[in-house]
Amino acid sequence: MMPNQLLEMKNITKVYPNGVVANQNVQFSLAEGEIHAIVGENGAGKSTLMKMMFGMEEPSEGEIILRGKQVLLASPQDAIDHGIGMVHQHFMLVPSFTVAENMVLGMEPKKGVSINYNEAVRMTEEMSKKYNLLVNPKAKVEDLSVGMKQKVEILKALLRGAEILILDEPTAVLTPQETEELFRELTQLKQQGHTIVFISHKLKEVKAICDRITIMRAGKSEGVFWTKDVTEQEISKLMVGRDVVLRYDKEKKPYGAPILSVTDFSLADETGKALLDKVAFKVRGGEIVGIAGVEGNGQTQLVEALTGSLAVRGGNVAIKGTDIQGYDIRKIRSLGVSYIPEDRMRQGAAKDASISDNLISTQYNTKAMNNGPFLKSKKIAKLATTLIEEFRVRCSGPNQPIGMLSGGNMQKVVVARECSTAPDLLIAEQPTRGVDIGAAQFIHQKLIELRDGGSGVLLISADLNEILELSDSLLVMYEGQIVAYLEEPWAVSEEELGLYMLGINRQDEQQIRRAVEA
Amino acid sequence: MSSLFNVIFTTEFAFSVLRVTTPILFAALGALISNRAGIINIGLEGIMLVAALSGVVVSAYTGSSWVGLMGAVLAGTLISGILAFFTLHFKTHIILGGVAINMFASGGTVFILYLLSGDKGSSTSLPSKVLPSVDIPLLKDIPVLGPIFSGHNVLTYMSIIAVFVVYYMLKRTPLGLRIRSVGENPQAAQSVGVSVVKVQYTALLLSGFFAGLGGAYMSMGYLSLFTRDMTAGRGWIAIAAESMGRSTTVGTTLTSLLFGAADALANALQVLKIPAELIGTLPYVTTVIGLIVYAVSESRKRNRKLKRLEKKS
Ligand SMILES: Nc1ncnc2c1ncn2[C@@H]1O[C@H](COP(=O)(O)OP(=O)(O)O)[C@@H](O)[C@H]1O
Ligand SMILES: [Mg+2]
Repeated sequence: MMPNQLLEMKNITKVYPNGVVANQNVQFSLAEGEIHAIVGENGAGKSTLMKMMFGMEEPSEGEIILRGKQVLLASPQDAIDHGIGMVHQHFMLVPSFTVAENMVLGMEPKKGVSINYNEAVRMTEEMSKKYNLLVNPKAKVEDLSVGMKQKVEILKALLRGAEILILDEPTAVLTPQETEELFRELTQLKQQGHTIVFISHKLKEVKAICDRITIMRAGKSEGVFWTKDVTEQEISKLMVGRDVVLRYDKEKKPYGAPILSVTDFSLADETGKALLDKVAFKVRGGEIVGIAGVEGNGQTQLVEALTGSLAVRGGNVAIKGTDIQGYDIRKIRSLGVSYIPEDRMRQGAAKDASISDNLISTQYNTKAMNNGPFLKSKKIAKLATTLIEEFRVRCSGPNQPIGMLSGGNMQKVVVARECSTAPDLLIAEQPTRGVDIGAAQFIHQKLIELRDGGSGVLLISADLNEILELSDSLLVMYEGQIVAYLEEPWAVSEEELGLYMLGINRQDEQQIRRAVEA
Repeated sequence: MSSLFNVIFTTEFAFSVLRVTTPILFAALGALISNRAGIINIGLEGIMLVAALSGVVVSAYTGSSWVGLMGAVLAGTLISGILAFFTLHFKTHIILGGVAINMFASGGTVFILYLLSGDKGSSTSLPSKVLPSVDIPLLKDIPVLGPIFSGHNVLTYMSIIAVFVVYYMLKRTPLGLRIRSVGENPQAAQSVGVSVVKVQYTALLLSGFFAGLGGAYMSMGYLSLFTRDMTAGRGWIAIAAESMGRSTTVGTTLTSLLFGAADALANALQVLKIPAELIGTLPYVTTVIGLIVYAVSESRKRNRKLKRLEKKS
């Protein structure tokens, strides 16, 4: 069946002002009513291609043809006027506004000179019902979960009359449940006649809901395929240019002494709801301990406490025998702890600072890096160059601002910084979220190297594949409690894990206690 | 000490607080609007100064204080427009642009004053007009309240009205929503077709408009003539008031009043035998104390929250 052509991008080339060729003679076409996946590693040029379709960037060469007519999309407004909407990788919402305010921003319903807020709420409710995307119009966006924010984004685009909906890595920030919900919603949108572009790294997802796939690699299109005609292996081969090994060989060695011990750690929020309830576990040298769980079940608070941004009060946290009560992140780091934060854009990196500045930002104040008030710039430059090479960061040099790198490369810099100090304990929070397969594998390899060198690693991840493959032992958190301790995670099926994560199953006290006693 | 209380607890003092707050409040509202749009207008001082001179000159040549007021406001808006043009169009750094405006205003007003009146210090030789004071019927006869709130310059009342207008504008109108969205997340605004540049232009023009009113008040209400550098740091104090007021309309108004009170106190204390230099530091000392109080109360709040958490767990 030859699909009904809706939009075509012909011979698109995009050269950014800094000289990066992000797209090179790319062909892309959209058929009416399909869900079309764009897959490719980080930095392959997917977002760039979509930004041109949404009028945020202008192609250096090539043309965009919509319904048989060439169109010029000079601004997002142009694209919106043509019925194109986009949900960005980083949400475009105003946190202090309510959902309804975000919905109508730029097209506010008026009563006299003021905004007709009731009308805005009504519009939001109407769209919410029509597309079965349930949101609370009066809730403040900053209080919403990531999944909710995404719904608001989708509704925003639909309210503006989007027939073509572009979703840039929508599942990167979602829990498995939220992802499933999103898929149901997208399928429904498709049935209502919308055309959807779906960018993802996760091939399973792509296989699950997409009709066709365009594969991109290094700024070029590697072709377009019917989803049912290609296997995951074939796709990943075209994406990465090599076969992806999804298994890691880990040396089996006896564990060392405990590095992190958490005893009966409890915490409640303002309303008295328990966030953490008697959490207890150990991380030993040479061990990767994974923490799995649906987001919002206490993982964030646990990490905040371990990294000093939340005070440890009820219970005890010790690193190498030292009680860290009252310690800030610097003092905790001085105990030999490294931390890869979940949010690399806000916490992990200083976007406008150079790669080399970011690399030394945790140790600029040590003797090794400075002479009194002056930094040892030669030494720093050498360190940066070495790390860039070792971690294969694709960049123009150590002085490039880190914000210009693609997500995967930015994350490699963060990982390089955290691994380079030879930590005794590494706390890795979603270390490969939104990162392409190649970079993710590389980061996994580095975590295993650390473990093999005798360091302890605490891995918090929503990526089940990652956590099952890497962990030596696995904790599952549900509603602030540890509900399971699993000693051979690789032998556990995703289904079994899911039952623990959703709170349907839980181990008995004794089995869970093994996390401390083993 | 008792003489100090004699100075402060009088209706004259309360009246003078409102009187000296007026220009600070106008400029602070200007700072508020531009800051909420994510662009800090540090040219307020210069804009006020140019407006003050324009008011005097226009009213002197037209013989009308109201036309003078329009001239002042127009000049303030225009100067702010120039600043906006350079920063938003040519991408000059706003701080550089603002500093340039302030320096240009300081020198330029003296130059024009000299051209028109032959005097470099003040506009005594120009027959400029003053905006009227207003007695409020009924209110003016109430004891205590009457002497405090009645009989002010018409611009003082306008500044109070302006507080409500700005509050409503920011909270309830489409422009206010757009200004706040641009200040908080410009990409979000851009992505739904709100032009960040256009909103920031509007905000800076409004900012200049209010600073213009403040400037007009200086030379056509507070005093009845223009003198060299007569704004004397009020544009800067307004910026401090806005940030101490945490970028809210209510907070900004209250801190403006606080600075006004400090200013009025400095004026009032001059009758006592305290060195004038020391008194002159009062508004600035108030700033520092205000910031400390703010910081302490914030950290108390944080601690209380933590304590609460601790109790619960
Ligand atoms: N605004 C920009 N300026 C310069 N280079 C950019 C910009 N945005 C992206 N790039 C570069 O273009 C390439 C493609 O990026 P992108 O389209 O974001 O890839 P993807 O979405 O596939 O991960 C990357 O090398 C990235 O560093
Ligand atoms: Mg991208």
